[in-house]
Amino acid sequence: MIGRRLRTMTGRMRGWIAPFWTTLWRPSLHFSLGFLTLGGFIAGIVFWGGFNTAMEATNTEAFCTSCHEMKSNVFAELKTTIHYNNRSGVRAICSDCHVPHDWTDKIARKMQASKEVWGKIFGSIDTREKFLDKRLELAKHEWARLKANDSLECRNCHQYDSMDLTRQAPRAAQIHQLYLGTGEKTCIDCHKGIAHQLPDMRGIPQG
Amino acid sequence: MKAVAMIVLLASAALAGCGAKHEEAPHRAPSAPVLVSAPGQIDPMRRGVPIDADATPPAMARVENFDRIRPVNYEMQPPTIPHSIDNYQLTRNTNRCMLCHTRSNAQTFLAPPVSPAHYATRDGTILEEISPRRYFCVQCHVVQTDAQPLIANRYEGLNTTIPEGGVR
Repeated sequence: MIGRRLRTMTGRMRGWIAPFWTTLWRPSLHFSLGFLTLGGFIAGIVFWGGFNTAMEATNTEAFCTSCHEMKSNVFAELKTTIHYNNRSGVRAICSDCHVPHDWTDKIARKMQASKEVWGKIFGSIDTREKFLDKRLELAKHEWARLKANDSLECRNCHQYDSMDLTRQAPRAAQIHQLYLGTGEKTCIDCHKGIAHQLPDMRGIPQG
Repeated sequence: MKAVAMIVLLASAALAGCGAKHEEAPHRAPSAPVLVSAPGQIDPMRRGVPIDADATPPAMARVENFDRIRPVNYEMQPPTIPHSIDNYQLTRNTNRCMLCHTRSNAQTFLAPPVSPAHYATRDGTILEEISPRRYFCVQCHVVQTDAQPLIANRYEGLNTTIPEGGVR
């Protein structure tokens, strides 16, 4: 029964696709080979450039803070921290910490982030209270992500090999040598909540 | 009509002159401690700048960040914090001081653990985590800056308050 229905369905699909398939594999009648190759090449550049430009646009601070969920919660909190305002004037924007720099990783993260679009449309965290209720879950996702990639986004700027330990506070230098230098721990293990307020941490190991 | 216009012009010129007279160089508040001689004239916050004058404040103090435990100045003094605590979250949600200073982590982070008394409630029950009445560390423990004292004084700390051969 099911087998017969499947067969009729695939038969109908084949009926739909067949003309396109044959056109695709037959030599072109009206367009020259040069037009097709060059046109295809240029169209490819336009498509690829457009795609990456659009993706870069979703990586800007202006884009991230264009929705109030981000603007009035996490972005407002970031403003008080050293990653937003500091003596040398270097700022880490949202994507510097939350989006990988490598293309494949970035695409993977962007696909995950489509869930956030869903959340925006259906108002999962459209009030401060809803956000606070969900904050622990959201934070746990980020901690797990950074733990899994060995704090890659931190290390895009902060590399252990480039740290001048003599210019760190003695306490910081000692602990970095003991745990970061040996690879025993990664940045996020200790530096949770450096850019945003922490969720209710009761019963959650902090070190 | 012309006369009225002249009067208005003269009056405004006179008023403008009045305003210009009051301009003075701004007072600079001294950063060193203010020695107050006359009693009843203590004004540490304004540091001797007249009440009707704007003061240029002294440079902001820097938090001492050298990580060596300071000696206490008097008995039962809560030890001061020898490092900066900028942006360490100490809220209802979390106490980041206890990341290092909790008993279980102190060894890991080479930090002095908080005293056992901090785990006791006022009924004497020993808790697993820091007692709520000791939760907000900076109520008693504070950082120290390189700021000058507001008022000069002769206090020299614990040792000098006990006379030679005296009993504590």
